[in-house]
Amino acid sequence: MVVAEHINKWYRTTQVLNDVCFETAKGEIFGLIGPDGAGKTTLFRVLTTLIKADSGRATIGGLDAETDYREIRTRIGYMPGRFSLYPDLTVRENLEFFATIFGATVRENYTLIEGIYRSLAPFENRPAGKLSGGMKQKLALSCVLIHKPSVLFLDEPATGVDPVSRKELWSMLRQLKEQGITIIVSTPYMDEALLCDRIALMQHGKLLSAATPAQVIAAYPRKLYAAEAPNNYRLLNELRANPQVASAYAFGDCVHVAFIAQSDTSIPNLREIPPGIEDCFIELTTGKGAWNDHRKNDGK
Amino acid sequence: MKTGDTSIRVRDLTKRFGTFTAVDRICFDVKEGEIFGFLGANGAGKTTAMRILCGLSKPTSGEGTVAGCDIADAEQIKRRIGYMSQKFSLYENLKVWENIRLFAGIYGISAKETARRTDEMLERIGFAHGKNALVKSLPLGWKQKLAFSTAIFHHPKIVFLDEPTGGVDPVTRRQFWELICEASERGVTVFVTTHYMDEAEYCHRVSIMVDGRIEALDTPQNLRAKYQANSMDEVFRQLAGKAKRMENCKK
Repeated sequence: MVVAEHINKWYRTTQVLNDVCFETAKGEIFGLIGPDGAGKTTLFRVLTTLIKADSGRATIGGLDAETDYREIRTRIGYMPGRFSLYPDLTVRENLEFFATIFGATVRENYTLIEGIYRSLAPFENRPAGKLSGGMKQKLALSCVLIHKPSVLFLDEPATGVDPVSRKELWSMLRQLKEQGITIIVSTPYMDEALLCDRIALMQHGKLLSAATPAQVIAAYPRKLYAAEAPNNYRLLNELRANPQVASAYAFGDCVHVAFIAQSDTSIPNLREIPPGIEDCFIELTTGKGAWNDHRKNDGK
Repeated sequence: MKTGDTSIRVRDLTKRFGTFTAVDRICFDVKEGEIFGFLGANGAGKTTAMRILCGLSKPTSGEGTVAGCDIADAEQIKRRIGYMSQKFSLYENLKVWENIRLFAGIYGISAKETARRTDEMLERIGFAHGKNALVKSLPLGWKQKLAFSTAIFHHPKIVFLDEPTGGVDPVTRRQFWELICEASERGVTVFVTTHYMDEAEYCHRVSIMVDGRIEALDTPQNLRAKYQANSMDEVFRQLAGKAKRMENCKK
């Protein structure tokens, strides 16, 4: 549905997209997972025809992002990280406005947004600026769906939203997927990565190969252990100073630790644990335990 | 963590806006050097309660002390606390050292002392090379670390963090939490709100607010045991699911 072939993009001397290639299937939830500054938003802007790539090709449903941009724009919905609603217009007026731009009506496509919009309906006459964060997000999502796009681009849709609303958002995304809409979503949160059909990790403008979350977890290269102490912060510092330790980082109420070769059995309360998606992310983005330094040379 | 004196003490704190009770008779104590997580769904009353503790808003009723000062004594409280909001109040068009100098100046720290502490602080967070960078050019992760370090630059007894880690990846969030733990080790009380329940696990104790009241308050471990949950996320959903207040009544 969405195909990216060798996309490169430079801002002055910084390469923000580096040979990005991927392909999504129709009705797939495809997650772009990566730290701030990895190039996720730039990639979204290329795919949504807002900026041109310096080289490479992107197609949406077979249409070329560079030459067929008008047609593409009618077929996609894009919710940027800082989405824009008109704060002085009411909930209903915002929705009508976005429908009108695309020559659609709220009535003809209402079934698509019904699940999301239902909770907003009692507040139809309230100015959008007076809604809470979670409600604004639902309205913004309704607005990008009201012209019935076949591909939805969501740039960090759940950032700053409480856990209950986040869960609601993801169940909405699954409903949309059921209706055949392809969803490309970026997130810095690992629990959301698990909810995607496939994920691609992004770092420094590069996309690592796309895989299912289970495949990513299965590829974790080492044995992982959890250690606990009354003061985990001190334990963490001790582990980092231990030459046998490859990486150590806080994880909830324990410390996750991996060793260069043999595990150091003198560490108290050490137990082997299965890695989670977050451990994989940390391993992939930081390499061999050098995670403390990975941002210093960010070039940004 | 030092388990010494009480840093924040609140009794029956209440805030009403007209007929709407945003904060409803909340009571709790926070110990010196403790990392205290203040959780709740959007609209539960967290921000309102936190504004009272920071001396930015007056309670309708109830009493309390913050850093040894009565909550009525807002000016004294403001001198003794640090505050970092989710939008972190750094000036984008100022350089890193200029931002620090501005905040240090507000708290009356001498130029010489400011210069000394600036170098020491940047060295500690591994950002000495960024001293002359414009804040707007920095990645989000650095802005957060800098905003936190600036919030504790005047050596406050308590630092309030209002959703400090939105939008960053797991590695950056961990680095940020290490700064928080380090401050706590030095005896600074950390009062933090967050939407990320994995972060709640890093707190010494957490409270969960539902509809203006504190529904639960304990260590993450005890809360998980009490609610028979595997994670704080489950605990939170059990409690926040009871909320009757519409998310929208907020403003």
